[in-house]
Amino acid sequence: MNITVGGEKKDVKDGITVSELIAQEKVETPEYVTVSVNEEFIKREDFDARKLKESDNVEFLYFMGGGAR
Amino acid sequence: MRITLKQSDYDRILDFAKSGLPNEACGLIAGTEEREGDKVTVRHIEKVYLLTNVDHSNEHFSMDPKERLESVKDMRANGWKPLGNWHSHPESPSRPSAEDIRLSFDVHATYMILSLMDREHPDFNAFHTDKAQGVYRKEELEIVKDTQ
Repeated sequence: MNITVGGEKKDVKDGITVSELIAQEKVETPEYVTVSVNEEFIKREDFDARKLKESDNVEFLYFMGGGAR
Repeated sequence: MRITLKQSDYDRILDFAKSGLPNEACGLIAGTEEREGDKVTVRHIEKVYLLTNVDHSNEHFSMDPKERLESVKDMRANGWKPLGNWHSHPESPSRPSAEDIRLSFDVHATYMILSLMDREHPDFNAFHTDKAQGVYRKEELEIVKDTQ
């Protein structure tokens, strides 16, 4: 099936989960990535269960933060 | 690497960071790159994004994910590359803190830090960090006049 990941069209297996997509896309530091599907933010505990559908639009947002110390 | 930033964008960052005091302010930068072979030699910041610090702290910042998503969509629509981010240090110097380095997950990003510890003389600099080595390198930052 076809989905969009970070603005790019991708052909992935039917029913791929968010966790599987993270592994397939070789997302660096996956423990710090935020995932949105069709602009809905997915809870980390749902990454394994959440299956993607045809035409879904996925974004990986890497944590950005810091501090003064 | 040289980084160029329009005067008006610097002014927006400065005004936004001052208005957010005593807390840290943060945002993203996007634009274009000049390369020599595989090496990036110049980054031209075409747009700065002013985001909410969801930590609402004077010692920490985390960017609002929804605003980040909107920013990324805007960058893509305009053909700009995500170049990195900026944040303010209300009471400390313009250099990456230990926490900044520890949390700098993108080795390609430009990290810009505005120090407001001297309110009358803000200090703004650009850095690249090496999280693995726990070090940073200051880049050449050029504030340029706006063109019509």
